[in-house]
Order: sequence, then structure tokens, then C-alpha cells
Amino acid sequence: MKLTDLSSKVTEWFNGTGLMADIVISSRIRLARNIAGFNFLTKCSNADKLAILNRFKTVLLNLDILHDAAFFDVDNAAEIERVFMVERHLISRHMAAATGPRGVVVADNELFTAMINEEDHLRLQTLKPGLALTACWQRINEIDDAIQQKVRYAFDRRLGYLTACPTNLGTGIRVSVMLHLPALKMTEQLDKFIAACREMNLAVRGLFGEGTEALGDFFQISNQQTLGVREEDIVEKFTNEIIPAIVNYEKRAREELFGSQNELLEDKLARALALLKHARLISSNEALFLLSNLRMGVNMKRITNIPISTINELFLLTQPGHLQINQGRCLEARQRDLLRAATIRTRLN
Amino acid sequence: MQCQNCNKETATIHLTEIVNGQRSEKHLCQNCAEAEGVTVKSQLSLNELLSSLLAAQAKPGGEDGESIVCPHCGISLEQFRSGGRLGCPHDYEVFKQALRPVIAAAHNEAQTHCGKTPAGITESVDNALKIEQLKKQLEAAVRKEDYETAAKLRDQIASLQ
Repeated sequence: MKLTDLSSKVTEWFNGTGLMADIVISSRIRLARNIAGFNFLTKCSNADKLAILNRFKTVLLNLDILHDAAFFDVDNAAEIERVFMVERHLISRHMAAATGPRGVVVADNELFTAMINEEDHLRLQTLKPGLALTACWQRINEIDDAIQQKVRYAFDRRLGYLTACPTNLGTGIRVSVMLHLPALKMTEQLDKFIAACREMNLAVRGLFGEGTEALGDFFQISNQQTLGVREEDIVEKFTNEIIPAIVNYEKRAREELFGSQNELLEDKLARALALLKHARLISSNEALFLLSNLRMGVNMKRITNIPISTINELFLLTQPGHLQINQGRCLEARQRDLLRAATIRTRLN
Repeated sequence: MQCQNCNKETATIHLTEIVNGQRSEKHLCQNCAEAEGVTVKSQLSLNELLSSLLAAQAKPGGEDGESIVCPHCGISLEQFRSGGRLGCPHDYEVFKQALRPVIAAAHNEAQTHCGKTPAGITESVDNALKIEQLKKQLEAAVRKEDYETAAKLRDQIASLQ
């Protein structure tokens, strides 16, 4: 499989289906694991990193339960290929920027990835569209069990799975849900929402995870505590309490916009649509912002002739890495803005 | 809610004082609270009391903190503190004392794993759950200032660990 086999279509976790799909974009679970007998990566020689990479690559590519597993070398990838992989959430920004032997195994139609030599030796990840954490957990647990039959992980009876950073210790689990919350922002309730999340010991991050801003009103909510809690309990709490509560806040904010601030809403939607349909140069941040408003308008049934799948597709295809991979070459910022505007116009008109 | 002193920052510290039966409330931001001599530290005394109770057992002598170096990977505690990443799995044992408060702060005071366990290592899970339950009881006992029960619970936790 090549990256260009992926680049022209939307990744499955972003297809706009699933439970609470108007607000919940996707569900994600990751597990942090390390092989016993090796140092963590900060104290690992290049030879050891290479040994770890080859070991996991062989194990993962030969796992019967993975569908169409393929390996992508990140160390020798071109800059635009790394940007592309970050945009599709196949690798993290941290991994794109690092050095040394490292790579990613992608399977299950991009719903499973395994980053090798990121912050830990192995970072497994499962994704699904909509709110589907239980399914993500079942799948990742099954894959993790299969790997554990071939590799001995660093594990301690008292501390659980040992990780390079003590904040991931124990279960090594990060449960995240990506949410689209434009109405909370428009009604100026974001600060309240972020404070409430912090109080519940949850992390709030932007579109591309750690250290990124909330572009296009997308937020990732995730657990922070990984030790002293069972994986199933975190999944259950997110599924039955935390996410439904946030979805309700957003819905109430949308109703508020519908009622008291109808003109404001109408104006935002009309402006977004007009700019997207007619502009000649659009930066990727502007595109995210306008597409976000458009997406809300469609979900609130204010805009009727554009399917959500088209908007989701545009979110991804207008990112810098996607534009360049699909063109097959590097493009200057101005050329990208021109091509982005043209891509959007073609799809919307 | 805004800080009632500066009217700018969000009030994160809420004080209730009862003097001669008169109840008064204050809502302050971190800075104004510190300026008034109210430190956040004083609010953490329960946690501190707990961790000192738990840490009182088995403190190895001769540890002078930052200069310890892991004999397996060569990382020093100082290097870990500045980089935030450990060098190898043994560091959890080598820097046990120093890591205890770090782990407690990151994991809502938990110190013991109670989730998934690799096949072949099963007996520890029940134990871990028991320890977490005892810790909650210990917390409640300290809150009620029932130190006799707290001491018993502490010993039970130590024997299970």
C-alpha cells in the first residue's frame, strides 16, 4: 500500500456516521507499551531502536487478526508525507518531528495504527466514527492480547504497564473523543466548558492532539488518570456520562442560537457559504473555520443541499499535506491557497 | 465567578470563615489569595498528611535525591525532572521515593495498577483493587481524624504492597 492509495478519499473514522455523529466526530483509544529488556527511547541506541522497530514490524505485519496491514517508514519519509500522515492521524506531530528509526503500521482501513518508537516503543490506536468507545476498546484489547503472545511487555505487578512518562503508567490508556462544538464557541461558553473538563480531570486538546490549538471548533477530550482505574470503567464513564453531557451542552447552545440569536447564526452561515463558494485564495485555517460553520449549518438543517460527507471530505482534502500528495509535488503557500479555494469551489458549486 | 478583589481573574479559591457565629464568604483568584496570605498549600494538607502517612514506611537511608543515577540506563533524577521522560523500566524502582508524589499527582492519588494484566500475571489484580479500597478508607479515617484506624489501615496497605 502507498500513501497515494489513501490520499484521495476520506478516512473511515471521519465519514460522519455513528452515534451522535452531528457533534461527535470520532472515538479513539490508544495504549502505550514497551518491550521488556530495552531502555525507553530517551536512553536507547540507534541499533536498539532499529531492533525494536523490526521486531514490532514483523509481529504486527504477521498478525492474522489485522486486515490489510501495511508499514510506512517515517524516518525516511519526505516532509510532505509526514505532514500528510499527521493530518490523517496515522502518526502524531511528535513522531513526525522526531529522529531515528521509527514507523507506523496501518491496518483495518486506517481504523488501526501502531506507531513504533514514538514516545514509547509501541503506541497502539483504534479509531471509529461517532461515539463508539466500547468497540474501540474491544478491538484494541484483542490486538494487544495477540501482540502479548509474541512480545514480553515491560510490566510491574504494582505499577502495571511501565511507560517512558509516569503520566501514562498503569493501563497506558488514553481514551479520546473528538467533538465539534461551534455553538459553545459562538455563545461564548467555551471557557466554562474547558474549566468543567479540567475539574473532572479531563484534558482538552485541539484537532491534532497534544499542544495544538482548537482549529475549526474541534476539540479532543481525553482522560488523564491511567493508574488505579480499570480500562472498562474509563470507557463506560466517557460513553454514559461525560460525552452525553457535553453533547447536551452543545445542543442547548445550538437551540439558543436558533432562538435568541437567529440573525447572528444566519449571518455566519451565509458568510461561510459565500466565501467558500466564491473565494479565490483560502488558507487552511480559514478553510477549517468556514467549513466548521458550514458543518453546523447542515447539522442544524439550515443548509440543505450539501451532504455532511462532502464537508468532511473537504476538511481533509484541503489540508496542506493532502493537497500536495494529491498533486504529487511540493507547493508554495500561495499555490496551495489557490488550489484549496478551487477544490472547495468545485465541490460546493 | 470573578475574583472579588481584582475583579479580573476567575475566582478559584473560595473561603468560608465563621467568626463569633458570623459567617462570611470570600471568592478570590490565586494571586489575590496569595497576597492575602491564603496559600493553596494549606488546602492540600489532607493530601500531604496522607502521602506522609504512606511514605513513612520503608524509607531507604542515604538517598540524597537529585544525584541518584540509574545503574541500568544512566539517567539521573535531575535529567528526568528536566526532560520529563524516564530512561528505562528500572527507573520506577531506582527513583521510587521521588516518583511517588509525581505519580500521585498525575493519577488522582492512585499508586497501584488495577487494570489489564498480561496473561500469566493474574494474581496481583485482586490485591491491587483491595489496596485502592483500603486507601479510600484511610482517606476517610484521616478526614474524621480517626488516627488509630488510619494507622491500622496504613499497616494493612503496607503488608499488601
